[in-house]
Parts: sequence; structure tokens; C-alpha cells
Amino acid sequence: MPDATKGPAGDSRPDANEPPKDLADEASVTKADEHRGTRVDDDSVLPPDEEAVPDTSVDISVEEVAHLPKGKMLEVDDVTLRFGGVTALDGVSFHINTGEILGLIGPNGAGKTTCFNVMTGVYQPTSGQARFMGEPLGKRQKFQITKLGIARTFQNIRLFHNMTAMENVLVGADAHHSTGMGSALLRLPKHKAEEAEGNDRAYELLRFMGLEKRADELARNLPYGDQRRLEIARALATNPKLLCLDEPAAGFNPAEKARLMELIQTIREQGYTVLLIEHDMKLVMGVTDRIVVLEFGKKIAEGLPAEIQDNPAVIAAYLGVDEDAS
Amino acid sequence: MNPVSSFFHGVADRFRALPRWGRLVVLAVVVVLVYFLPILNPPVITTPDSDFGAVLFLCAMYALVAIGLNIVIGYAGLLDLGYIGFFAIGAYTVGVLGSAHAKVPLLLCIPAAMAVTLISGVVLGAPTLRVRGDYLAIVTLGFGEIVRLILVNADKLTNGNRGISGIPTPPSLDLFGVPHLVWDGFVARVDLDNQTRFIKFSVVDSIPYYWLALTLVFFVLFLDWRMQNSRVGRAWEATREDEDAAELMGVPTFRFKLLAFATGAAIGGLSGALFATKQQFINPDNFTILYSVLFVAMVVVGGQGNRWGVVVAAALLTYLPERFRDLSDARFLLFGLALMALAIFRPQGLMPARRNVRAKRADEETEVLEEGAAHA
Repeated sequence: MPDATKGPAGDSRPDANEPPKDLADEASVTKADEHRGTRVDDDSVLPPDEEAVPDTSVDISVEEVAHLPKGKMLEVDDVTLRFGGVTALDGVSFHINTGEILGLIGPNGAGKTTCFNVMTGVYQPTSGQARFMGEPLGKRQKFQITKLGIARTFQNIRLFHNMTAMENVLVGADAHHSTGMGSALLRLPKHKAEEAEGNDRAYELLRFMGLEKRADELARNLPYGDQRRLEIARALATNPKLLCLDEPAAGFNPAEKARLMELIQTIREQGYTVLLIEHDMKLVMGVTDRIVVLEFGKKIAEGLPAEIQDNPAVIAAYLGVDEDAS
Repeated sequence: MNPVSSFFHGVADRFRALPRWGRLVVLAVVVVLVYFLPILNPPVITTPDSDFGAVLFLCAMYALVAIGLNIVIGYAGLLDLGYIGFFAIGAYTVGVLGSAHAKVPLLLCIPAAMAVTLISGVVLGAPTLRVRGDYLAIVTLGFGEIVRLILVNADKLTNGNRGISGIPTPPSLDLFGVPHLVWDGFVARVDLDNQTRFIKFSVVDSIPYYWLALTLVFFVLFLDWRMQNSRVGRAWEATREDEDAAELMGVPTFRFKLLAFATGAAIGGLSGALFATKQQFINPDNFTILYSVLFVAMVVVGGQGNRWGVVVAAALLTYLPERFRDLSDARFLLFGLALMALAIFRPQGLMPARRNVRAKRADEETEVLEEGAAHA
């Protein structure tokens, strides 16, 4: 595989440099542990108070995702969604280009998550349609949309709590597997190949997210931040063309938020397209290529971060017209 | 940690710590002991008021039932209160094909019974698995009763309340005799007059049936382990944990729920067939709703999702009432009290499913750290 296909991150990170990097990492971990005076052996677990550090040098790119044609990946075309008398989305149209990070912002109750739910098949729009890679999502079932290449995380963490971190990611990786009962019972080569592929992929993603030491911990025992990152790892494991993150930084402090945004940048650099819902305007400005603003189910603005920042409608929506009073 | 689970986990941890050959030896010894249990007829353990071999057969048969129901309840999280329906369909398939309307040999009846229950599992599951939780429990509860009422009323097919007799036995080999042990206090002596023929299925000796059932238990446990450690098992557990999230991670949850239901049904059918060939006579009274409750109790007492737990619970819940038969009706009272105590003090079951050693250790370390933090 030529270097150019690896995305921007590949250039500054020749393969030959990787093994020493790993060694250095291990050394630093051991040092840190000696410093704290705890004995750590090979399969030890991280104490829950220790922050996991993502290793963004891990190559998590996937061939089929990294070589998508440029252009509109997802189009939301005049989508309206009504629940009884409530209009949650009102004629919303926007699109996501391949390879970009699109921010979807808006005040509480603006319809951001509802918009997500239309794109991932949870809700059927009352009118209008969402098209992915030119194909209308229409009446496809949720798992079929995931297989098409849209994966998401949840605003309220929805991991499989009684499964280990590794198993959570494996379930994601299983999305592109097809082992059934027969090959599982007979341990056919297909089962073995897919298990091996899934394990490699899952471990790679856990390393990328800095969770490899927590691989065998139950998801419910992970610290909050790790749970958020595990959700992203699980979504990435489905090999998504489009990764939808629903307020991934909710509950983070500013430093953690900044780190997460860097992580999202890296994910994009490795070839993924990202749709990001976020509350915090400042963060979104720094990380996104374009921004769509929703308010009361309507799109009130769309454009480059700089344009959005100065858009009076957005300022009014976010800060209220009474900006000076606060 | 409470003493029961730390005992089981302690045993499991020591077992895992052994080298591979050590584990094989331990396993072989245990398996041989279990097979020879009715021959050894050990004092204290044996059931003085009923045929020990027959009790052990029931233990093994219910263990099989519990393994099947554990797939449905423990892995996929579908509360099935009508499992006796599948058990009955399996038994009656053998009865109808093998005795009432044809003389099909048993070795063909058993796969037929599994096929029929599998199909009935799909037929029941396809419309009902769209409802969740309590609603599913009620629908399946109804299913169990519907099956029993059909057995009573479909007179032409099932002989109604008169039942079906003359159900065929498995083919016998009759190679050699295995003499039993007789205990005089704690002194054992070989009783050459009392032998179990290897392997002759008949009304007089339950032990060959026990061996057959036990072999099936081990075989199904093996298949169960392979299923659970695969994409299929993960899909089941993900569905149990959070059905919507699983669906959005690409798991076709409905298909996997149906698969769990049908697999569980087929295993229920297999145990029903085993029951029929052992009893050689079945009637609808063998399949009342109380058994469904007992089956669910086995899975819950054992610890949902742990195949060894449900096997142990099934054996215990079958064995204990038989062992203490001399307490007459009080034993059911005690039995009920024991179940209530379990529900209060150990709601997760005797041996709850454990992810793996490392996950458990992580759990404990977290606990210790949290306690430390609380004291500080």
C-alpha cells in the first residue's frame, strides 16, 4: 500500500518508527508505575483513577473507508419529522462531504439528536428523505444502515454494560462479519478468520483509544471518560464511512474536551468522515470544517466556523438576544 | 464476596491455575466419577427412598432443560415461561411417531422431535419476539398452556388424557455387566448379583438412561460453549444488554432472538424426547405449567448465563426433594423457603455468570479501591 493512501497522518509517521514508539510507551508506563510504587505485571489492570492515554499513532484506517470518492456522502433533503402535533424537524436540508468534520450545533431541544435518529434509521421522516452515498435510507432497518456505513455513539452512554470492553468492540466489529450458528458450532475456517480479524481490529481500536489495559474489564466498571471513548471505539469497529458522535464530550472538563477534539481530528485524518453534535461552541469552532446550526427543528445557518461565529441568528439562538444583560 | 460464589470461584481459579495435563486429568476423574455415581451408590449422597439411578437420570434430564432455557433467558435475555410447551412437543413427537401412529425407531424419533420443536420455536417466536420483557413472558406462559390443552383435546393424535404408552427405548447393546457397590455403613462391597448391563435400556434399570442423558448433557454443553464464544453468543448478549444499541451496532437483533428461541426450543425438545423414552408412557399431566416455573427457577437459582451454574442448580433442585423424601410434605415447604432465602440474599443466583478471570480481578480491585477511598 503506497504511503499516500494512509491519509495525512501516514506521512509524518513512517512504519519503521513504530516499534521504538511502542517500546518507549511501555517504558514510560513502567516508570510511572514504579513512581507510584505499585507492582504491575503484564496483564494487570489500570487502577480506576488513572487516566487512560489514547495512542493516536495507531493506524486504524480501513481500506474501504479511506478510498471513498470525494463529494456528498450524506444528504439530508428537506426532512420533516412530526410527533403528533410537535414538529421536531422542519424542512431540514444539509449534506456532509466525504472526509470532512461537520458540526451540528444548536441549543437544547433544537432537534440535533432527532436529526441523528433520522439518519441512523431510528425514526422515519414524515416527509423528505436522507440519502447515503446516493441511496435513500428509506425504510431500511437500523442494522442495515449500520452495515451501509453509518455508525453512531449515544448522548447517554449505551454500552453493553455487562460485557467487557473488548467484547463491546467485538460486537461492533461483528457488523461486517457473517458467521452464523453453523460455522460457530463447527468452528469453520470462516469463524476462525473472522474471530481473528475482529480481535485484531478490536485490539487496534482499544490501543488507539488508550483502553488496551482495560480490555477485560466490564464496561460498567470503566471510568466515565473511558466509557465515552469505548463507545467511539465500538462505533469505529463497524468500519463506518460516516461516524456520528452525539455530544461525545458531554460531562468532560475543558482539558478532556480539548483532548477528545484532538482525537476526533486524528480519526478524520485516518480517513473517516465525522458528524459531530456538540454543545460547546468554542470546541466546535476549533475542530470542524463546516457547521450546521439548528434551532427549533429548523436550520438557521450553515457555513464555515468563522462565518457561523459572526452570524447574528446563531448568536441570538445561543446567547439570547439579551446578550449584554448576562 | 459471599462464601458460596467465592467457593465456586476459588475452585474454578485453582482449576485454571493447573497445567493443561493437570486440567485434563482432573476433568477425566470428575467425568468418570459422575458417570459411575449410580454404580458407586455412595452412602449419604444416595437417595434411600427412591431409585438413585432414576433420580440421577432426572437430574441429567433437567440439566439439559436448564442448558436450553439458559440460552433463551441467560444469554438472549428473553423470559420464557412456557418452556414446558417445547418439552411436551418433543415428548409427544416421540410418542406419536414411535408408538401411537407409527413404529419409527427411536434414533429417528429424536431428531424428528428436535426438528418439530425447532419449527414450533420459530412459529411461536416469529410473531411474539416483537414484544419485549413482561409481555413476552405472558405470551410464552400462554403458549405452554395452549400446548397442554391441545394435547388433552387433540384426541385422535394424542389419545387425549389417556396418554401414549409403549414408547420405544433406544437400541440396546448388552455387552457386559457392571456390578454395583453395596454399602454396609461406610464399608463397600461389590455386589455381583446386582449388575447393570452395558448397555441395555429397560424399565427395570434407569442407569443406562442416566448415561445416555449425561452424555447428551456433556455434548450440548460443548456446543453451548462453542456458540457462546462466537459472533452468535456476543450478539445474544448485546441484545440482552441493550437491544436498541445492539441494533444500531449492526446486530440483526430479531434474527438472533429468533435463533436463541429456536435453539432453546430444540434442546427442550431433545430433553422431552429423552423423558418420553425413559418413561415409556406420557400423558398431558406430565406437562403442567408448574414445570415451566421449575425450569425458570433452575436457571435463576443457578445464575443466569452461567452454563455450569444452571446445570448444578437443575441437579440440586431435582435431587434435594428426592433425597429428603422422608420429610414428606414438609420438604416442599423447606424447598420454597430455601428459594425465598436465595431470592433475598443472593438474587443473582448461586453461580452468576462471570466474564473471565481478569474481569473478576478487575472488579475486586475496584471494590478494594472504593472501600479504601470510603475509609480515607
